[in-house]
Amino acid sequence: MGHFVIVGILVIVMTVLTYFGLDAAGLATQMHPVAASAQAAPIDQLWHWEVMVVSFLFALIVVPMIYSLVVFRQKKGELKDGEHMEGNATLEIAWTVVPLIIVVIFAYLGAYSLGEVRRVDPNALVINVKAQQFTWTFEYPEYGFISTELYLPMDQQVVLKMESADVIHSFWVPEFRVKQDVVPGRVTEYRITPTLEGRYKVRCAELCGTSHAYMENPVVVVSSDAYNVWIAEQVKIAEESKTPEGQGKVLATKYGCVGCHSADGSPLTGPTWFNLYGSTVNLADGTSVTADDAFITQSIREPNATIVEGFPSPSVMPPYALTDEEISNLIAYIKTLK
Amino acid sequence: MKGFFSSALARGLFWQLIGTLVGAGLVTGIRALMGLSATDTFFFTEPAWVLGGFIGALSFLVGSGVTGDWIKWARGIDTPDHHEDHHTGWEKFVNVSLDHKVIGIQYTLVALVLISIGGLFALIFRTELAASELQFLTTDMKLFGQNGPQLYNTLMSLHGMIMIVSILLGIAGIINYVVPLLLGAQDMAFPRLNAFSYWIAVPAAVILLSSLFLGGFDTGWTGYPPLSARAPVGMQMFFLGVFVAGWSSILGALNVLVTVVRMRAKGMTAMRMPIFVWASIATSLIALTATQFIGLAFQLVMFQRLFGMGFFDPAKGGNPVLFQHLFWFYSHPAVYVFILPGLGVISELLPVFVRKPLYGYRWIAMSSLGIALVGFVVWAHHMFTSGMNEYLRVPFMYSTLLVAVPTGVKFFSWVATLWKGKISTPTPMLFVLGGIVVFLMGGLSGPPNATVSTDLHLHDTYFIVGHFHDTIFGGFVFPFFAAIYYWFPKATGRKMNETLGKIHFWLMTPSFFVLTFGMMYIGLIGMRRRIADYDPALGIDTAHLVLTIAGFAIALSVLIFFYNFFASIKKGEKAEGNVWNSRSPEWQVPSPMPVHNYDTPFEVVGEPYDYGLKDGGYVKFIEEPAKKGKH
Repeated sequence: MGHFVIVGILVIVMTVLTYFGLDAAGLATQMHPVAASAQAAPIDQLWHWEVMVVSFLFALIVVPMIYSLVVFRQKKGELKDGEHMEGNATLEIAWTVVPLIIVVIFAYLGAYSLGEVRRVDPNALVINVKAQQFTWTFEYPEYGFISTELYLPMDQQVVLKMESADVIHSFWVPEFRVKQDVVPGRVTEYRITPTLEGRYKVRCAELCGTSHAYMENPVVVVSSDAYNVWIAEQVKIAEESKTPEGQGKVLATKYGCVGCHSADGSPLTGPTWFNLYGSTVNLADGTSVTADDAFITQSIREPNATIVEGFPSPSVMPPYALTDEEISNLIAYIKTLK
Repeated sequence: MKGFFSSALARGLFWQLIGTLVGAGLVTGIRALMGLSATDTFFFTEPAWVLGGFIGALSFLVGSGVTGDWIKWARGIDTPDHHEDHHTGWEKFVNVSLDHKVIGIQYTLVALVLISIGGLFALIFRTELAASELQFLTTDMKLFGQNGPQLYNTLMSLHGMIMIVSILLGIAGIINYVVPLLLGAQDMAFPRLNAFSYWIAVPAAVILLSSLFLGGFDTGWTGYPPLSARAPVGMQMFFLGVFVAGWSSILGALNVLVTVVRMRAKGMTAMRMPIFVWASIATSLIALTATQFIGLAFQLVMFQRLFGMGFFDPAKGGNPVLFQHLFWFYSHPAVYVFILPGLGVISELLPVFVRKPLYGYRWIAMSSLGIALVGFVVWAHHMFTSGMNEYLRVPFMYSTLLVAVPTGVKFFSWVATLWKGKISTPTPMLFVLGGIVVFLMGGLSGPPNATVSTDLHLHDTYFIVGHFHDTIFGGFVFPFFAAIYYWFPKATGRKMNETLGKIHFWLMTPSFFVLTFGMMYIGLIGMRRRIADYDPALGIDTAHLVLTIAGFAIALSVLIFFYNFFASIKKGEKAEGNVWNSRSPEWQVPSPMPVHNYDTPFEVVGEPYDYGLKDGGYVKFIEEPAKKGKH
């Protein structure tokens, strides 16, 4: 009986050590990083329970293993076999049935937790999200403007109606704990109730191509007063941008051009728009061309017609069927980037 | 070198090249006649590369001679049942042989080659991840028509699939070598099919690797459309390579099942089979019935690209999520294909080094089948965030958590086997014990991914990457090394160096713990899977540097293993007898194993793992063999 008592005590000690070790690393009572949504609470709670059980099961297997390795080691020169134990049906049934019960309990807790996460507030604020290689855009349908930053008011459930223009993306804000894929051809839904002011990032979690790593946009949680101020500012900006340049800038955001074409000269997936208009562009085939209206129009409608030197062929950009007016607005905007 | 150029391998590769050119030329010619473009970025057009790759694989098989007997039979020419091998030394392994032991070693060698390639790819992108920002895989660099981030994606994706193929070949290697010996059979049930299953994997690996040079692909090993429908032509080579490799898996599994059913020694009833045979049955059942789904899923995307069939294209009424269902219907059970033989190796070797019967033999045997069966109804747990029907997530959570029950039975039975044994720890046993602990880490990090709400955070992060590497190292890599150290004397008559083996183990194991625990840690913080660069604001630069160092330490330990492996073939300590003092039949005859296995058939007269009983072995040779291997 002595062996069992010692192992029993060691298992308890090891369980406690494992649990507090994980807690010291900040991984027990909550999943990392800071929790910033109401939905994070049931998720972190379930995680905490799981860490407790995991600590115990880890100790339950590892302690008797190490104990056996030390105590039941074959001595030098010893050739004897161990005790002839073939098994014990009661024990086997016990370690089948007990885990089965634990598993069912956790599946129940998991389903319950999922229900909490998916709790619907009928008055949730609706924001439309568009994902495309390699940026996110957010449309506030009540006010009719679009933004590359997602501003959210605190303590108000928001439902994001998400669509993809090209491939599968996944909306993930680590601080919110919840993740949802954005699938072409359908609208997926993401419900969240922010509870902590701060600047976070939405990070695309489903591999979506070359610049997938950089598909991150700011998510800003503010008080409802600050939110209303921001909305008013955005509405004003939208009013003021009725000029062609202003409209062009809106279009560049709306169609996601800014995901690959920078406005400040920094290198992204596609050529920058900074100082583009009127400049001489070297092409992959060795010729060069002036970036005038005709060149830019063709590059939007048939990205493969010409490939700029240093960029992959065939072009990774899909063709965009924009109207003449939209294109002239875009060109007006590009002209301002100097 | 002359021996190599006239070998089946060299002939196969030569004909694969010719076949590829002929197939691609054919399509190019037809296209030219139809007035379509005849060339593209990578010289041939995409349809030309696909048909070329396919005909190349067929040409390899005919050119290497592995189908020779079948062709002769079709023409009405008889061939002898056995072909006596006239090749000696290393030449045996680059030529067609029908001997299951040679084929087993061939599988193992190709698996080791692919592990090295896949590992090298991992080192390259692990180095890029050592610090945030892009250091050498930058957007300015160009290689094989790809810039740095594109190359990163290709290497990361190929690392996944090359490792998967190498695991499939690795388990086929152990099963091929060991199962007929454990059963007392002279060979596998269908020796020609067995050779075919091995040889078809070689052109498959070549096609798979060729994707690196044809623009690569940026989808990860999962190849989800619509991204995979837009990727460069390398994507098609990836699909085709996996499609061809699938045949190896399916046909190999069929052969194993028939061999076990038909060719057991006298007296070997179901409950007296060595436990590794049970694991082989479970794994073969999955491989035989599920592999078709990945082949089909990939073929549908191939056809979507080639013929514009919109299976997964929403613009044509297709459904991208359908692909994920088809893909995971194989790819989840596939992980049990990878780990069940490894868990079988653990159960097989543990009693030998503990000198005690395997605790709860029947329960372990049945738990393998239990895992295999439950494994078929859990696939959608990879899709909790995919946008599939919401309510479907709950039943898949229940079924997934159920896997913990038979897996738990194995752990408890292993611990009970160790209890009150007389444990010794030579290198194979170290890897067995390491495998148990690493697999435990994988097992315990599993349930948080299975419960839907926590998975909403963990899905597609490095937490999953860490969890997955734990299950595969614990369930395959550690037991694979254990099996090589353990059966090496059986194949060569020499032992691998014990000191180098221990260095290998003690360098690899701690490094591996650091690697996977670190992966899980950064995953929780916000490190996404499959990204070439990460946000420095996450504060995980130091953690990534440590992971990279750990990765290189593992690579170094594997290099030591390779040196030990090849040096011991010629110079290892002689070990012709029952080196591990095992009860298993293959150790009752001298090493290396004779060509047709047992000169004298044996009969099963006892339980396989009755260590600790004074009398009564497991097998009795029907006539006493001429020279008995016992010292």
